[in-house]
Amino acid sequence: MNIAVLAKLVPDLVEELTIDSAGAKLDLAFARYIINELDDHAIEQGILLKERFGGQVTVVVPEGDGADDVLFTAAAKGADRLLKLTGFSPDIGNTRALAHHCSEIIRELKPDLVLTGVQAHNDLDGSLGSLMAGLLELPYVGYLSGVAIQNGAASVRKEYPGGLIAEFDVTLPAVLGIQAAEQPPRYVAVSKVRQTMKTATIESMPASAGASAPLLTISRMYKPEAAQHATMLAGSPEEVAAQLIGIFKELGVL
Amino acid sequence: MGNDVCVVIEHLRGQVSDISYVMLAAARGLAESSGGKVLAILLGHGAQDLAQDLLADEVLYADHPELADFTPDAYEAALVQLLGEKQPRAILLGHTSIGTDVAGTLSVRLKLPLVSSCRQITPDGKYVSQICGGKIMAEGQLPVPAAVVTMTPGGYKPEQGRGSARPEVTAIQPPPLTPMRTKLAKYIEPAGGDVDISKESLLIAVGRGIQNQDNISLAEELAKTLGGVVTGSRPVIDQGWLPTSRLVGKSGKHVKPKVYLALGISGAPEHVEAITDSETIVAINTDPAAPIFDLAKYGVEIDMFDLLEVLTTKAKEAKAD
Repeated sequence: MNIAVLAKLVPDLVEELTIDSAGAKLDLAFARYIINELDDHAIEQGILLKERFGGQVTVVVPEGDGADDVLFTAAAKGADRLLKLTGFSPDIGNTRALAHHCSEIIRELKPDLVLTGVQAHNDLDGSLGSLMAGLLELPYVGYLSGVAIQNGAASVRKEYPGGLIAEFDVTLPAVLGIQAAEQPPRYVAVSKVRQTMKTATIESMPASAGASAPLLTISRMYKPEAAQHATMLAGSPEEVAAQLIGIFKELGVL
Repeated sequence: MGNDVCVVIEHLRGQVSDISYVMLAAARGLAESSGGKVLAILLGHGAQDLAQDLLADEVLYADHPELADFTPDAYEAALVQLLGEKQPRAILLGHTSIGTDVAGTLSVRLKLPLVSSCRQITPDGKYVSQICGGKIMAEGQLPVPAAVVTMTPGGYKPEQGRGSARPEVTAIQPPPLTPMRTKLAKYIEPAGGDVDISKESLLIAVGRGIQNQDNISLAEELAKTLGGVVTGSRPVIDQGWLPTSRLVGKSGKHVKPKVYLALGISGAPEHVEAITDSETIVAINTDPAAPIFDLAKYGVEIDMFDLLEVLTTKAKEAKAD
């Protein structure tokens, strides 16, 4: 079972996002990047599948701040091959172009299974997995929280609202969009990642020619203009707690 | 390309999903301004009755056993044929577990751009999308001559897309739909859990800000004192800190408690859509820009760990009085 996992870096939402002076894109000069959380789950799911069914896991990450860390961390967790897409930086509105580049890599790798996070918080022109499946003419199922391999096909658990799960059989090769791995992404110590850096190799994969330019035009970006805002309670923790107790009493829950 | 706006109706186990009505409402303004019609695309098997309250100018209904339940392959095949023939101005799908499974492949196969996380479509054809966990709005003209759009809730009320008169329903012939590469094997019902959080009147909800599993006990203690139940947002459930039955959000339960106390929850759209029916939301967060403060009635910009024990103590005192 050869598995390819695609992961990308996204701005950390814990940091304040700022919009540049032209007002149509984020000013990312000082942004901190982290792995897209759902891609981290996709890596975990890939490694779980390798542990259960054997095979090799290849992780592909576009270049950018933190890309090497993501790749070496994946290797420390059990990934076998590390690829860095160079010459292309993911940004808001160019996921389709990213899908084009990644699908070229997938055509070379010819994996049985392609895993990626079902979405990223900065997707504006679709999610990577679904777009890639279209480009590669492979089946796609997303919002998955479980993947097993049976009789040469994938058996996947797809989440619907309200906690309902649908189990699908999917012929391979396929692209799967992961919502959550079957267990939380494993922790690896920094020392182990550092050790891996001494032995693992990152291969560069230049972006292919002919990627389409962004198909979307963003004319304006802004922070949501809320119709309302909470009444903010202020004071020391004791004072705030006293106010909250008063509110709970008023609302009849105390 | 034409001027019609096509809405792919989502339904699950015999029920039309609210997002379908939201999309019908969004489609109306664009269709009117472009001189087209709102066409609802209903795929199913013996499901024509689901068309009865769709506020559409026409419902195009494809009936086939392979369409009885959603499968990405069957939907994609049926939609590519139908939409390729219709060539509408826009194709709306839910930004949901169903819609996003086909939106990407559909846009590639129809060679159309895709706009995702769209909250509103203005009558003059502008998309307004909410991204970055609800912290950023992005807008621009819908690509011409046509685009695929995935819609999120929040921009329109479902009632705006419900009609009182049964619309005209036209049967259409789907393409051959066998063999499919994705096949539904079975549904697995939600785990029962110890409580039904959709029926509780006080929910103490913890988000990523709770930091680790040990800290859940702080929320449990407060819940026990107040007579509430602890729930969690997606990251908390994915870490295994709370059972799935306590998940509030897009894939979990929609809740409507008397009080929803949100601890360290930022207010990402996937979470917000599940709590908007709460009577009163109280949000505790260290980030003054957290979107949850735009939904909450009361807010406190404070580290929850400075507050929780004090609040629990005061609640115990109040109960003892």
